[in-house]
Amino acid sequence: MLEAAQPRPLLERIERSRRAARQWSRLQFAAIWVAILAGIILAFAATDNVDVEWIRTWAPFILGGAGFTILICVLSIALATVLALVGAVGRLSTKTVPFAIASFYVSLVRGTPLLVQIYIIFFVLPQMSPVLILPAIVGGVIGLGFNYGAYMTEIFRAGIQAVPRGQIEAAEALGMPGPLIFRRIVLPQAVRIVIPAIGNDFISMIKDSALVSTIGVQEVLWRAQKAGRPTLHTPEAFIIAALVYWVLTIIFSFFQERLERRMARGDR
Amino acid sequence: MTSGYPEGVPIPEHIGDVIVRAKGIEKYFGKHHVLKGVDLDVYQREAVMLIGPSGSGKTTLLRCLNFLEEPTVGSVEIAGVQVEADPIHARTRRHEEQIRQIRLQAGMLFQDFNLFPHMSVLQNLIEAPTRVRGISHAAAVETAERYLGKVGLIEKRDEYPARLSGGQKQRVAIARALCMEPKVLMFDEPTSALDPELVGEVLAVMEELAHEGTTMIVVTHEMHFAQQAADRVIFMEDGLVVEAGPPEEILEKPRVDRTRRFLRRFLKPE
Repeated sequence: MLEAAQPRPLLERIERSRRAARQWSRLQFAAIWVAILAGIILAFAATDNVDVEWIRTWAPFILGGAGFTILICVLSIALATVLALVGAVGRLSTKTVPFAIASFYVSLVRGTPLLVQIYIIFFVLPQMSPVLILPAIVGGVIGLGFNYGAYMTEIFRAGIQAVPRGQIEAAEALGMPGPLIFRRIVLPQAVRIVIPAIGNDFISMIKDSALVSTIGVQEVLWRAQKAGRPTLHTPEAFIIAALVYWVLTIIFSFFQERLERRMARGDR
Repeated sequence: MTSGYPEGVPIPEHIGDVIVRAKGIEKYFGKHHVLKGVDLDVYQREAVMLIGPSGSGKTTLLRCLNFLEEPTVGSVEIAGVQVEADPIHARTRRHEEQIRQIRLQAGMLFQDFNLFPHMSVLQNLIEAPTRVRGISHAAAVETAERYLGKVGLIEKRDEYPARLSGGQKQRVAIARALCMEPKVLMFDEPTSALDPELVGEVLAVMEELAHEGTTMIVVTHEMHFAQQAADRVIFMEDGLVVEAGPPEEILEKPRVDRTRRFLRRFLKPE
């Protein structure tokens, strides 16, 4: 009787102490973040660079660029996904022509800086033909999409290769033709494998999208520069821009982590 | 060295015409000569079991029959569709299509089942019939349910493969193959990846199929099963057929020394 009665309070005590430890750890975590942030803000304020009135006036303008940033990233990641899919099929092709073209694309893009690519698309290509004169936002999306497409090509390639060989053999043995096997058997399984990686790339892209400010896309950094320079308030402007990017990545990381956990749980 | 019925052995009455004919199958993996020229005839409604030590080439032979491995030399004919090995030239569209036609005649079961994990059991079963055979959704579902019932898993119809035991997965895989109404079923060590207590349920389904007159070619290490269900047992070693005949001949009084040695090693524990 005594032995049977014993475990219950013991387990409860373990559970209670664990919970307390977890809460304490969370509290410490929050306190450290607040302390570091407060330290930075105080140090900054002490340099006499903070004009609260200016911030109140201009912060909404800079923040308004967040919509543009997200719009550009969504369009670019969509373009990148399409390019990556085609690129991966080319990289995995046993035929020389598609393999060579896809490899050229990946090598060229990965071997040159994103900023240079954006300049070439926006400033150099229009010199070759007036047809290639693009609105800034289109140029930005093409630049980012083209660049990320090459990196994601390798992600997709790895994802497709991660689908077990036996899956393809089983489909072949059922008489399914190659394109059908790719579309119905390989691709759905590969997508599940690469979705977390696409989420990661989307978050990096939020930050890299700042580069398209250089061609005049009115996103967060462009607005910070426009607001800061003429009024000599660049410090506040850039710090606000940094905070906007940071908050955006925190928000999307949250969703990304949830997605990743759901994917890891595997098939229903 | 023939793999057909040895002379003087009466061919069982229920057996029909030749449905699978492989001629002079050779296979190299690099410089490794895995199959050294195998002829194989399989008759309608016949259950043929391939036995032999690992590395003897029996699995490779099976995979050559539906060109999951392209033979280096030889030809395969299944239900009137004939394909020659041609490893030198890039596959033409016509060659590709002939191979696909052969595969449509021959259902294949794998050691590790290879169910499609992103599809439910029912979707696994109707995918190829609807998209390859062009059968209507309703008709495919009806066929699928019939075969699911046959393997005793109708209640798992909407389950995903991850929720099934190994034995259940293999039974679903058998139902999936049957849904294509193949002329012959080929099993590549279908119980080797199973926990011992799950082997029986799969063998029971296979034995039932054999007794119903399903044409089947089975690579197996289950000697007891071969004895029960086989019409003909083929013993392979070193890429060649050593001996072939009815199970009571090959398994109980083999004529060739190497067969005897193999069986002694295998049957001793029982």
